[in-house]
Amino acid sequence: MRRGNVAKTNWLFRAVILTLGYGFLYVPIACLMLFSFNDSAMMTSWTGFSLRWYEELFNDQALLSATWLSLRIAALTATAAVALGTWAAYVLVRMGPFRGSGLYVGMLCAPLAMPEVVLGISLLLMFVELGELIGWPAGNGMFTIWIGHVTLCVAYVAVVVQARIRDLDRSLEEAALDLGASPLKVFFVITLPLIAPALMASWLLAFTLSLDDVVIASFLSGPGYTTLPLEVFSRVRLGLKPEINALATLFIVIVGICVIVASKVQWRKGET
Amino acid sequence: MGQRQRYGVGIMKRLFLHDRLPALRKLAIVPPFAWLALFLLAPFLLVLKISFADLRFGIPPYTPLALFENEALRLSVYFSSYKLLLTDSLYIATYISSVKMALVTTACCVLIGYPMAYYIARATPKARNLMLLAVILPFWTSLLLRVYAWVGILRSDGLLNSALLALGLIDAPLEIYRTDVAVYIGLIYAYLPFFILPLYASLVKLDVRLLEAAYDLGARPTQAFLRVTLPMSMPGVVAGALLVFIPTVGEYVIPEMLGGADTLMMGRLMWTELFNNTDWPMAAAVTCVMVLILIVPLALLQYNQARQFDAERQRGKN
Repeated sequence: MRRGNVAKTNWLFRAVILTLGYGFLYVPIACLMLFSFNDSAMMTSWTGFSLRWYEELFNDQALLSATWLSLRIAALTATAAVALGTWAAYVLVRMGPFRGSGLYVGMLCAPLAMPEVVLGISLLLMFVELGELIGWPAGNGMFTIWIGHVTLCVAYVAVVVQARIRDLDRSLEEAALDLGASPLKVFFVITLPLIAPALMASWLLAFTLSLDDVVIASFLSGPGYTTLPLEVFSRVRLGLKPEINALATLFIVIVGICVIVASKVQWRKGET
Repeated sequence: MGQRQRYGVGIMKRLFLHDRLPALRKLAIVPPFAWLALFLLAPFLLVLKISFADLRFGIPPYTPLALFENEALRLSVYFSSYKLLLTDSLYIATYISSVKMALVTTACCVLIGYPMAYYIARATPKARNLMLLAVILPFWTSLLLRVYAWVGILRSDGLLNSALLALGLIDAPLEIYRTDVAVYIGLIYAYLPFFILPLYASLVKLDVRLLEAAYDLGARPTQAFLRVTLPMSMPGVVAGALLVFIPTVGEYVIPEMLGGADTLMMGRLMWTELFNNTDWPMAAAVTCVMVLILIVPLALLQYNQARQFDAERQRGKN
């Protein structure tokens, strides 16, 4: 009898906790999406269904060009970060520990936890200084933002890829080496295909991180190089902007579909 | 088994003994290392250097650390920025407020996140995957846009106030937007997944047989939780708490969007010094103090991670 009561209160507690927790995470998003279809600019009351904010969004040249810039930076960042991060992870797992590997790991992991403002201000001051000294980089822009984002994302890529390389079954690589393949060939023919899912995942992670970054971009961007988050931030820090509701809805729907599809694929793989 | 293991060790020795690494392979270490040294370490050392300089008019807007004068090296180290940082009450209030906000946020994330992670880990595998996905999903969507969603809810003419007014629970709108409360809500909201995920990872690995043993030996559920589950999940709690605490101290976007002019946080202070006052030495000094405050938590995070990793390797061996 007592056990039954305990189970009942447990069940109730569980339901309350999960409802409140997920409610907290999702109600704001749901409100935002709902009110992106509201006719009125206020989020106070529902005045009728309308797509006018979406229309305004697609006619907003500033937002569109900022989106294009951000997508380009994100793709370039993700590609470079995956290359560099995979390299770093491989070196760390397969060649470490070597002299100075402590410093290496420290530098690699620092951007994961360190507040982004630290990375932003350090790079900004260095670029200004370098610009004075040797004339490079000549002014902040796409290139400097890219460097900042790559430095941030390498850490995330390295963590994801490192875990995958550690779990790898060594015997395939060993067999290839025994059969006389060079280490470089083994990496490209055996290791790389095996870690490809982790590379995909970390590419997407780096892409989203870059696409979402406000802090580093606001330190490192120059005139004429307003990324999407910067444009959004400069509009919403003053209050509500309904066209941003529409943008957020599109963004969340696209990302949501991608994440759900990706995890479905992953589960199916896990089942077989 | 033993023989296979020995065989494996032999291969490893043959392939990965460091003395035998050809020089060319050693070079492979260099490129990622060089990138990090150039774009992470060097800039930070520069910030450290500038923090010991004094403000002056010109380009760059600070005094040089070392100068060649009359064929002699003259070092000029100024502590003026740090002196001001340590004596001015506004600066001191800012650190205290930053750390306090980060601590309260971390505590709230623990209180909300622990039961959530616990029930996710205890759910059936299918439900577990779904619930986990629901925690990860916000992580992939723009933080900026999700924080912006709170603006519409918390404003005095926002959704929360109109709902409460309509229900007759309050007579006048609550002033939450542009206060510290709004910043707390935003911070907890943004960082909750960072706490849940590492904690979930350590809860899901917990051996259920240990709990069964505790019950068989007569432990009540609370006792079993306090003496088995909680201690076993501590590494996850520590990792999650640090992953919330460390970035929160330097958070800039959330206080800027939801906080009032009187919400003091170090990230904002540094921003003002750099962009509004163009005081590089001061901004650099604020950054250094921030890193100094975070060094202990960062080292703790590193230590915790290394220990967890070792424990896993140990478990893998047995």
